[in-house]
Amino acid sequence: MSLRGKAAIVGAALAGCGEAHGKSAMEITIEAVHGALADAGIALGEVDAIATCQPLDMLSGLTLAQELGLSPKFTMNNRIGGSSFLSHTLWAAMLLELRLADTVLICYGSNQRTASGKLMTSLGLPTYEAPYRPLFPLSSYALAADRHMTQFGTTREQLADVAVATRAWAQKNPEAFLRDPLKREDVIASRLVSDPLRVRDCCLVTDGGGAIVMRRAETAKDHPNPPVYLLGGGEGTTHRDISEMADLTVTGAVQSGQTAMDMAGVRPAEIDVVQLYDAFTINVILFLEDLGFCRKGEGGAFVADGGIAPGGHLPVNTNGGGLSCVHPGMYGIFTLVEAVRQLRGDAGARQIGGAELALAHGNGGVLSSQVTNILGTEATL
Amino acid sequence: MPGVEKGPGPDAVFAAKLAEGTFEIQKCGGCGTHVFHPRVICPACGGADLGWVTPTGRGTVYARTVVRRKPERGGDYNVVLVDLEEGVRMMSRIDGIAHDRIVAGLKVTASVGEGAEGEPAVVFLPEGGAQ
Repeated sequence: MSLRGKAAIVGAALAGCGEAHGKSAMEITIEAVHGALADAGIALGEVDAIATCQPLDMLSGLTLAQELGLSPKFTMNNRIGGSSFLSHTLWAAMLLELRLADTVLICYGSNQRTASGKLMTSLGLPTYEAPYRPLFPLSSYALAADRHMTQFGTTREQLADVAVATRAWAQKNPEAFLRDPLKREDVIASRLVSDPLRVRDCCLVTDGGGAIVMRRAETAKDHPNPPVYLLGGGEGTTHRDISEMADLTVTGAVQSGQTAMDMAGVRPAEIDVVQLYDAFTINVILFLEDLGFCRKGEGGAFVADGGIAPGGHLPVNTNGGGLSCVHPGMYGIFTLVEAVRQLRGDAGARQIGGAELALAHGNGGVLSSQVTNILGTEATL
Repeated sequence: MPGVEKGPGPDAVFAAKLAEGTFEIQKCGGCGTHVFHPRVICPACGGADLGWVTPTGRGTVYARTVVRRKPERGGDYNVVLVDLEEGVRMMSRIDGIAHDRIVAGLKVTASVGEGAEGEPAVVFLPEGGAQ
């Protein structure tokens, strides 16, 4: 039995992206939920399973049920970091296929920018890392970038080109937070934070929320917008702390990507548009390699000189990503919402013509959790 | 439960040894794998027969970063991952060398020094001493 094409995203929405003054994280979340339900033409009372993960509220699934006034059959609160939402879609598809639930809501929201101006997290430094004060989570990614540069000769310029490409996409997205022109030299001249990563290698700190609604494929066309089918999904967990990662140049995306593509029956070359959790520029290079879009060690060359920018050989992070569009602490849900928009043909000036297959990929912790979803239009079923 | 000791767990044992100036890692009596950080069961074979051994202290830098901080807030400091000869990896700091001269492949030697809060912590010096 396969989950391929058994469930679909029938509603999706964003809320409070950028700055949402005076709003709590859960209020932003609920605004996104309201938007997604309206987008799907579904009444709140029809929702019978919910999923969320919020950085500061360890029992956020319970809070969500309370604020929605629901008594869900299932409340999913599994916390694997920013990748959680791409795992929630897999659990949603299982619940729907087994007819344990009929309408699943997956959502997130954060007010971290207006509430604190920096990453808000309940996580402390690990016991065996704390004495050395790595910046959480930045230094962990810096170590991965350093190792990739050492091992494969990846360059400072190639890292910069990830940020430059993402900004070029953001300039096509009126909802993106940063839309000023960004050149390679600007990235390389930005403030050094934890070698080799500079400010412009790092994701934004914004507010924002997102929500999607999933239903079984058999009823997925009973809604105002074209369904986006979940064709495949997979997870890979390799560690929690960066000091426990066996090889800093190889992530669990190898496993998550292979599992997802096997389920979907697709190859990387068939994917039309790619949404990757770009917490830092190095992430994009690592995930493109591990997901099979290029060979290990060749990610730097793949992204260089506009390779993933508008007009390049692969459109990656078409909304402007976490680097230039939105990054409210956990970004996973935003990869899904942008994939939905692209597959519906709703992406405006950044629309990829004829997009039928999308890959959305979430990262959690410090390259610790990787979760891949393959999504497709009706034509891909 | 057979094979599991009474008394403090491996984190507390490690910390107590470190407080006395001793750096030890675990070695599995079942499969011979060295283990760090300290654990209850061997991640290679699942056995609970983990004993304490003194590593050679020799290691090689695997990756490094330098956290950039204004001088008035204490200045820059390095954070590294070091692979010990025994095959385990740990986060640490290299003392006795300019930050920008620390690169992957640098040979280093462990000692018990101080962490960020003055607590006992394993730190490294370049092989042959401070440069």
